[in-house]
Amino acid sequence: MNYMPKISRRSFVVGSAALGGGLALGFELPFAPTAAHAEVGGPEVNAWVVVRPDETVVIRIARSEMGQGTLTGLAQLAAEELECDWSKVTYEFPTPGQNVARKRIWGDFFTAGSRGIRESNEFVRKGGAAARMMLVQAAASEWKVPPAECAATNGVITHKASNRSTTYGKVADAAGKIEPPQDIQLKDPKDWKIIGKGVKRLDTPDKVIGKAQYGIDVRLPGMLYAAIKACPVNGGKVKSFDAAKVTGGKGVKKVAQVEDYAVAVIADSWWQAKTALDALPIEWDEGDNAKVSSESIAAWLKEGLDADQAFVGNKGGDVKAALAGAAKKVEAVYSYPYQNHATLEPQNATARYTDDKCEVWCSTQNGEQALATVAEACGLPVQKCEAYKTFLGGGFGRRSTSQDYVRQAVLVAKQMPGTPIKLLWTREEDMTHGWYHPITQCKLQAGFDKDNNLTGLHVRISGQSILATVMPQRLQNGADPATFSGFYPGGAEAAFGYSVPNILVDHSMRNPHINPGFWRGVNINHNAIYLESFMDELAKEAGVDALEFRRKLMAEHPKHLAVLNAVAAKAGWGKPAAQGVFRGLAQAMAFGSYVAACAEVSVDGNKVKIHRLVAATDPGYGVNPAQIERQVAGSFVYGLTGLFLGECTVKAGRIEQQNFDSYDMMRIAQMPKVETIVMPSGGFWGGVGEPTICVAAPAVLNAITAATGKRYRTFPLKHHGLTMV
Amino acid sequence: MARLTVNGQAHTVDADPDTPLLWVLRDHIGLTGTKYGCGIAQCGACTVHMDGMAVRSCSVPVSLADGKQITTIEGLAQNGTLHKVQKAWIEHDVPQCGYCQSGMIMAVAAMLKDKPKPTDADIDREITNICRCGTYQQVREAIHTAANA
Repeated sequence: MNYMPKISRRSFVVGSAALGGGLALGFELPFAPTAAHAEVGGPEVNAWVVVRPDETVVIRIARSEMGQGTLTGLAQLAAEELECDWSKVTYEFPTPGQNVARKRIWGDFFTAGSRGIRESNEFVRKGGAAARMMLVQAAASEWKVPPAECAATNGVITHKASNRSTTYGKVADAAGKIEPPQDIQLKDPKDWKIIGKGVKRLDTPDKVIGKAQYGIDVRLPGMLYAAIKACPVNGGKVKSFDAAKVTGGKGVKKVAQVEDYAVAVIADSWWQAKTALDALPIEWDEGDNAKVSSESIAAWLKEGLDADQAFVGNKGGDVKAALAGAAKKVEAVYSYPYQNHATLEPQNATARYTDDKCEVWCSTQNGEQALATVAEACGLPVQKCEAYKTFLGGGFGRRSTSQDYVRQAVLVAKQMPGTPIKLLWTREEDMTHGWYHPITQCKLQAGFDKDNNLTGLHVRISGQSILATVMPQRLQNGADPATFSGFYPGGAEAAFGYSVPNILVDHSMRNPHINPGFWRGVNINHNAIYLESFMDELAKEAGVDALEFRRKLMAEHPKHLAVLNAVAAKAGWGKPAAQGVFRGLAQAMAFGSYVAACAEVSVDGNKVKIHRLVAATDPGYGVNPAQIERQVAGSFVYGLTGLFLGECTVKAGRIEQQNFDSYDMMRIAQMPKVETIVMPSGGFWGGVGEPTICVAAPAVLNAITAATGKRYRTFPLKHHGLTMV
Repeated sequence: MARLTVNGQAHTVDADPDTPLLWVLRDHIGLTGTKYGCGIAQCGACTVHMDGMAVRSCSVPVSLADGKQITTIEGLAQNGTLHKVQKAWIEHDVPQCGYCQSGMIMAVAAMLKDKPKPTDADIDREITNICRCGTYQQVREAIHTAANA
């Protein structure tokens, strides 16, 4: 195991430079002059807005929709400024290839880090506003009146003085030919009518009739199917395989090696391909990584808890002196395991390669990375490549950085030019070849003075860096800044919410060969468990109520405190809970939003019942409160599944868990009642999909400790015999 | 050759008898609304009705479907009218990524035939489908709405 990362050949880190000059220029303003009219049955007003003659408004959505509701939220942003009739709004995903051809007019397609809305809200709103101005200008020109005398609302343009009106659909064609405006004023948030409203998702109707298309659903004329097996040990290679054993089998078309580490079978149907692959004898050269186990990784990480060298993420005062001089010291060691994303749609992509063109259809959080991966894998210039995005059957980060499945599909299709091939991983392949929630351990040391004031806090994280493998260019002098999520000394992303006079948060980086990845919530998941559990431990040592203990340290962090106070008030903190029910708190800042939770649990023997979770989030602006509530509740399911059940263990260098029988998931029976307070305070744009996940686990852990007196510091809780009922 | 009736339409497909019904539906017949999640009857994404009963089609060989009436998500609406479960799903805006929802809806529709007014305990026992997005709170609310429709 190397100290600094060796980039896996399967990480396929492809910079956007691979897409050629178009991307290097940066994207142009979304309201720049547009290309010709769209092919979607109506004229394009600008890149963001198409209005059909029947008044249907098509809003182009660059980011991926994987359940998080970005599609609807971004459409709300554009529609707000467009002043169109929301009931006429539909959507379209532009392709990454079109984005390249139009000099990145839609900006960034990357959909991760809860960035969809917070990082594109301004240019999407401007796109809608520019389209409105052009539509109004078109009507005004026709009427020969100043546009300032015209008003637009609900897709209708009126000129009051002359009592004339027209509709967007009627002037869209003319509007598309108008020089786009340069000076675009956005509405004052107090005037918003669609933003902030809990409108229904635009994609729901298709998702209840089986019509929504995911990558796995793509069907092309003459398409064949492929199943694939990569070496079970990451870094290992194919030694040999006996293709003759399956060649000639029913439906089998080809046995294809994929680079040096995988073998695929191509057949008439996927079941035939999978069955033949199961029967195919493959010998692997597993390499030295086969010696690695969960135990060896844990031992290596444990050394990091006291290692001299560590990257510093937050430093203030002199923690060493503070701890040395403390009247009372508290120390605890925690750890958090590898976890698989387990998107319910296993990884897949459909590729068609010819000497002149290569196309891929796939579920991806990163359309441009998918396109770059296609170009790199097939060897054709990017202008001859295209990636078509579908809906995602879950993303959670798995489909964000690594487009390994895209690369494989292209390399398989390249072996049968002209034939479209759908490559689909089995659940077992998916479970054992993930980009896992990274593994870490954490030692926390705190010192109190004789008056029980917290004077020093040292948080030493030991373990894996995600960026070191997936985005090494983002390392800063070797350090992975994302490792310190939630511990940042300030800033708009994930600031530490307590004031401690002497503080040190540092990271001893240790990167095992298991690929790490962004996993919904990412580093704040374990950081919040470590910190918020430890805060309760400290409150207990100080003999102070957990809420009061935190409040005392949070006076300089009013937004952190506001959400914490909100959940405490709603949950009835300080008032008696029902018989046998105990409460726990947690708060954090993550992905630009402030979040807190209060859990109510009862524990009967080893059975933990979570009765209620009160959550609060301040995302600055809340575009769709109904969807925010759903994201909060959903994130809790993801986080609590991880807390109680989620662990991928390593034996002989490979991930042991194969399927949902050994990697279990929370079901509806375990679902607590989630009550969400959406409390946008304005003035900033925070994320929604991920921030709250990190407070569910520590709030529940603190409640369990309140109920049992026991503190759990290793996870998942199933190892302590605890089950969620 | 396997013979089966799907959404009222008879099909003869060239698939080995041990091919799971799921793959016959998806790859041979082209009904991709039914999803693959695990292949071992754990997640329920592949749930369809076989003679009105919810089954996990990834673990039903197509030979067992011979002569049976299969209903998939695409065939749940009748005469252009959505099933009450689908309507409730829209009312509560249940799906997030939506991948599990075909199976979830089919499981719920079958349950409501046996238990028209399920209690929360009934739901906990009967609905064991995995939703990785965690839509369970809306699923439960929508089930009660559908039951009262």
